[in-house]
Amino acid sequence: MDRDDSEVGPMVSLRDLRVSYGDREILHGISFDVKRGETMVILGGSGSGKSTLLRTLVGLERPSAGEIWLRGKNIAAISSEEMDEIRKHIGMSFQGSALFGSMTVGDNVALPLREHTKLEDSTIEIMLRLKLEQVGLAGFEYYMPSQLSGGMMKRAAVARALAMDPEILFFDEPSAGLDPIIAAGIDQLILELQKAYHMTIIVVTHELASAFLIADRMVLIDKGNVVAIGTKDEMRNSTQPRVRQFFDRVAEPEVARELDYLQMLTEDRRPANMPGGKGRA
Amino acid sequence: MVQQFLTSARGRMELVSQIGGGVTNGLAYVGSLASLAGCAAWYTFVAPFRGKPLRLGRAFSQAMDVGVRALPILSLITFFFGLILALQSAYELRKFGAMDLVATAVAVSMTRELGPLITAIVVIGRSGSAFAAEIGTMKVTEEIDALETMAISPVAFLVAPKFVAMIVMLPCLTIWANTMGILGGGVFGVLQADFTIGRYVRASVDALILRDIITGLVKSVMFGMTITAVGCLEGLNTGAGAEQVGKSTTRAVVMSIFMVVMVDLIFTMLFFFIGG
Repeated sequence: MDRDDSEVGPMVSLRDLRVSYGDREILHGISFDVKRGETMVILGGSGSGKSTLLRTLVGLERPSAGEIWLRGKNIAAISSEEMDEIRKHIGMSFQGSALFGSMTVGDNVALPLREHTKLEDSTIEIMLRLKLEQVGLAGFEYYMPSQLSGGMMKRAAVARALAMDPEILFFDEPSAGLDPIIAAGIDQLILELQKAYHMTIIVVTHELASAFLIADRMVLIDKGNVVAIGTKDEMRNSTQPRVRQFFDRVAEPEVARELDYLQMLTEDRRPANMPGGKGRA
Repeated sequence: MVQQFLTSARGRMELVSQIGGGVTNGLAYVGSLASLAGCAAWYTFVAPFRGKPLRLGRAFSQAMDVGVRALPILSLITFFFGLILALQSAYELRKFGAMDLVATAVAVSMTRELGPLITAIVVIGRSGSAFAAEIGTMKVTEEIDALETMAISPVAFLVAPKFVAMIVMLPCLTIWANTMGILGGGVFGVLQADFTIGRYVRASVDALILRDIITGLVKSVMFGMTITAVGCLEGLNTGAGAEQVGKSTTRAVVMSIFMVVMVDLIFTMLFFFIGG
């Protein structure tokens, strides 16, 4: 099961990945590689399955078929203990930042360190200051998340994702709900992280401007399939109709296909599930 | 004739299948409660020996919330309840001129039944609902997902400390509730039934045997586990959207009360048949 591409080869490798919620298949066989140190942007409209893809990559959803190779392990077929081991080497910044409201910003950032390392409190203190400085939030460790603005919360969430010095950083809609200036700041932050740490970064977004700014390569997902994959220029010059439609922001020609549209709207509703147990209908 | 029989048979089948479905769902619910409790127990008792320390700090702050901060309201309610019990039993006992049995009636019914039950209901209102709301909100805001991607088990981090806090605090609260109830009964006893304070207390203590107190405390531990399991499970099962948090909170309260009564019935029967 182990495959040694920890040094060479792609950082993340997807092979015919399929994900279903109940009877409905959301992703119909996704395959692509993410190279070490590159920023891959996953593009797609609402309900395209891009969020599901990201959730599957970080192990929040189990694929129904296919393989995901990450740190030399196929995470589609490993135990939760092994997955937890891998999770210590990845960071995830959620769409709504997902900071713990009952803890200060500092405690939020320090939490993974306190949970997974045996470092002294004073060392953790220094590390969390460093991480906050990296995202431009120096001196905010004693604030509660509710006292921060949307952009600052995003930055704090990035600091928390960076806490364990991850090899791969995942972003879910980094500019969602932010004004253009603040969103540009987050893009800048992603660029800086990429430059300074050569981190592998995977971003899910539908913001074209942001995608073209930060991406090395991008992949367009539509209705659970890969439509196109390539560098910025390749994508920009693509003649594929679906790609052109997305990049030229052309509205769907037949909104009359109501059933499809309805399905698209409801696609993102995930079943209730509890960790370690089965979902209840 | 045949047609009629068939339709009625089909009707009967439908009824049976509905009852069956209901029972299966109920059992599945109890099963998921048990699996959550089992998971929390694993993180409480087994995991510490495997290098994953128990979050005692979190359990302690939960215990403060569940236990200490519930004391004022619980004291008030159980004090009045003791008084009500004394009045109600005196209404009947007066006819037999057996007013001196008021102390016994209050003491026994408080410790065996009402102390644990009222404590459980107060704790459901204060903490069971809060568990569901807290975890449900965290589910909606992706904080539960965030915990998982940080390789921190939500059950270990959120649920297990709540179990520890409840299992420790509910019996303590119950003892306190029993005392306040007896005190409330004592107010009536002293004012209306010719007791002195000393005599009332002695009568209460004489009326109680150790088994009364222990059965009450065993029940309270079971109630604590039930309330935590239901509150946390409803929280974890919260769907998407803020309105779902309200729904799971309501469901947590209603289900907890129902489950507590069921657990109460089962244990009362158990104690009855093993001569408790």
